[in-house]
Amino acid sequence: MYWNKTRECMPREEIEAHQLHKLKETVDRVYHNVESYRHKMQQRGLLPEDIKSLEDLRILPFTTKQDLRDNYPTGLFASPLSEIIRIHASSGTTGKPTVVGYTRRDISNWAELVARCLVMGGGRRDSVVQVSYGYGLFTGGLGFHYGAEKLGAVVIPTSGGNTRRQVMLMKDLKTEILACTPSYALYIAETMNEMGIDRSELSLKTGIFGAEPWTENMRNEIQAKLGIKALDIYGLSEVIGPGVACECGEQEGLHIFEDYFIPEIIDPVTEEPLPPGEKGELVITTIDKEGLPVIRYRTRDITSINYEPCACGRTHARIEKLLGRTDDMLIIRGVNVFPSQIESVLMAAGETEPHYLLIVDRVDNLDSLEVWVEVSEKLFADEVRKLEDVRQKIASDIYTTLGISVNVKLVEPHTIERSEGKAKRVIDKRKM
Amino acid sequence: MFVKQISVFLENKPGRLSEITRVLSEKNIDISAISIADTTQFGILRMIVNKPKEAVDAIKEAGFPVSTTDVLAVEVADRPGGLNNALQVLRQAGVSVEYLYSFIKRSEDKALILFRVEDPRKAVEALKSAGIKLYGSDEIASL
Repeated sequence: MYWNKTRECMPREEIEAHQLHKLKETVDRVYHNVESYRHKMQQRGLLPEDIKSLEDLRILPFTTKQDLRDNYPTGLFASPLSEIIRIHASSGTTGKPTVVGYTRRDISNWAELVARCLVMGGGRRDSVVQVSYGYGLFTGGLGFHYGAEKLGAVVIPTSGGNTRRQVMLMKDLKTEILACTPSYALYIAETMNEMGIDRSELSLKTGIFGAEPWTENMRNEIQAKLGIKALDIYGLSEVIGPGVACECGEQEGLHIFEDYFIPEIIDPVTEEPLPPGEKGELVITTIDKEGLPVIRYRTRDITSINYEPCACGRTHARIEKLLGRTDDMLIIRGVNVFPSQIESVLMAAGETEPHYLLIVDRVDNLDSLEVWVEVSEKLFADEVRKLEDVRQKIASDIYTTLGISVNVKLVEPHTIERSEGKAKRVIDKRKM
Repeated sequence: MFVKQISVFLENKPGRLSEITRVLSEKNIDISAISIADTTQFGILRMIVNKPKEAVDAIKEAGFPVSTTDVLAVEVADRPGGLNNALQVLRQAGVSVEYLYSFIKRSEDKALILFRVEDPRKAVEALKSAGIKLYGSDEIASL
């Protein structure tokens, strides 16, 4: 079953012809509508007409998250705000998230992509889909919501949290497809256990899980505990959100929708392209996006690409399950966290040179983040209440900035190991 | 009218408290009152010592966050109702107590209680006018 057989099963030559045509359009669009892209191209003496083949993509400069920050909030938008109908944002440094914008057409295309993913997971018009990704600025909830509506499924927009109620609805409304983070899926399984509900009482068939890295072991565990097929979905808000790539029932790599995106795998250091099968950084160019097209966006995610035909009949290339990053970004309960963001919160709290350590763990299948902060003379107060206030203030500032709750632990000075002047900032105890 | 109290941040892990007593004993510093406020994560050690300045320097050198706080050393009769007497005075004056602990030494039939109050000036005034004796640093040292 396919959502859009013509597009999903296009022969390779047709994919490439389509990509070249759309790439030219996109380069032309950003050159004429976005100052930053035009400036970068002019610096290299490039004009939109210089893109004559797909190989010419390589002469274009990369785009990074820093470019989005430098052009905060809407400087990279290629459509006037009158055309934009939706904003999403990912966590950024203190008070400055990465803002992305969608036109009506972008929202419709995004729904098309998510609908394809749902069909890969066996979704039909009469399927019941429970969306347990967070709704709001995060792309997970609304992205799935619109995709499931496009499919014509029955959408249950539970968002995250209140797990017992989620299980009750899942049972009573006979949910077939569950969309959430893989760790939340395991948490749901545990909650079912506590409630004395057996998986045979549910109608669940498929889970479409993403927004955080997960291993094959975790997949096996989820599949066994929920009695479902667990598919991996990939996406990032800078590109569009969930639905950039998704596993089909074969579970042998994620089909990246090549009629909307051109993937490249590069060596993150030399920035040279790598051949299929070799691990490197995934770089994505959007070729059918109006609001915020990105040219050669550095995802910092590590994977490899496979152009071999897939048993499912889809012709779009597959990327390997994503597990690593080229930078220090952590994904905690689906939220992107950079240690530098925590650092800026601590600096704002009055610590000029904060010594801190982030301890990431997975307790009862939920990610936990503990922030150790060394108590300096300046932070120290004689009263327990004041020290508790310091702890709570730091925790609430982190919550405000990143949207995740953390446990702040005050520790004595010099507790946190320093090596060659640069302190170790992160201990990740999760077994990936 | 106030006594200098030394406060030290201690993490809840074995050996931290003994590290402080080791440092103080090396400097031949006498502890005359001691208490610990504990939470699930950390503790605040509070002490009255005979050489506060030297004690602060030594503890700092050992790498602990340390601060000094003014507290009241209040004399109460060492019999039922003695502490109650002082607390009733503070209550009537509308001064709330943050914490208190007692001295190790005592003079005759009197006990010495250390008070950390919200409004020290008001507390001193109220206690004095009720005829309650407060000790200064020098008197503490001569005990």
